[in-house]
Amino acid sequence: MNLWVLMLVCGLLTFAIRYSFIAAEGHYQPPPWFRRLLPFVPIAALTALVAPELLLMQGELVLGSGNLRLWAGLAAIVVAAVWRNTLLTIGSGFLALFLLQRLAG
Amino acid sequence: MNAKQAFYLGLRAVMPLLAGVAPFGVIYGVVALQSGIPPPAAMAMSSIVFAGSAQFLLAQLVGVGAPPLLTAGAVGLVNLRHALYSASVAPILAHLPRRWKMLLAYLLTDEAYAAAIPHLLVDAGESRSRHAHWILFGSGFGLWAGWQVATLAGVLIGAQLPSDLGLDFALPLTFIAIVVPMIASRALLAAAVTAGAVAVVLAALPYKIGLFIAALAGLAVGAAMTRKAA
Repeated sequence: MNLWVLMLVCGLLTFAIRYSFIAAEGHYQPPPWFRRLLPFVPIAALTALVAPELLLMQGELVLGSGNLRLWAGLAAIVVAAVWRNTLLTIGSGFLALFLLQRLAG
Repeated sequence: MNAKQAFYLGLRAVMPLLAGVAPFGVIYGVVALQSGIPPPAAMAMSSIVFAGSAQFLLAQLVGVGAPPLLTAGAVGLVNLRHALYSASVAPILAHLPRRWKMLLAYLLTDEAYAAAIPHLLVDAGESRSRHAHWILFGSGFGLWAGWQVATLAGVLIGAQLPSDLGLDFALPLTFIAIVVPMIASRALLAAAVTAGAVAVVLAALPYKIGLFIAALAGLAVGAAMTRKAA
């Protein structure tokens, strides 16, 4: 298969996945249990993205003091829970990582 | 809130994520060229496919000469979680004409969805919900533009660009800033803990399919707890 054809197929496939439920809305009656799942999508999907970034180092679970991103991430979680401010959370996460790197270095 | 304000709200919300996405875009450009993909095709892929992890995978599989059907299947698996975002925003976009739905579906990435969703769900007052699609368009367009620039930088300037400044940490940090304030019940907390734990356990599965399974597990636990409480 030509590279451009392959890219086009992958692009259409990606678009079809993203368009699926948006296109179907109004044309089908989803069962009630399906609607009950939707409020959990942002939290479940985004936490699934975050957790491996914090807990794994090169694919290995590292919970000790060597995993600086975990501790910086936990600091950011506390800041996010208390102040609910996006920039403050990101800033304190980076600051915590920087300080931990200095301590460890 | 008018359409313009909603657009800028989405655009502003995605800005922190651009800091995290930019290094990935640069590395993608470098990886694509190393895989033997010509620069015009490498650039075009950022518009045609427009999906970070899927583009990495596509470039690598092309590089090793993997069978095209397997490559397309792998790209589909990597992007499967976007169907969840599609289901999540579908009710909000239901009233829009088809060209709007198609445009927003094309732009529906992890980052654009994450940046927009707190503003789409919280405070869904009349004036805001009428322009909710502009918020999503703002975050989607911002990410799209940033991704094109980062890819171009990777393709043109290549490996000389510093991409290991640790800026990629902005992604999990921004997701934390978005998710943590949304956890307002035990069911939501249980959904988060479940999804996070399953994602870590299944991280070694190929094509990021573990992320999709983890998200589904989170949905199931959250919904089951709501039902019990109700």
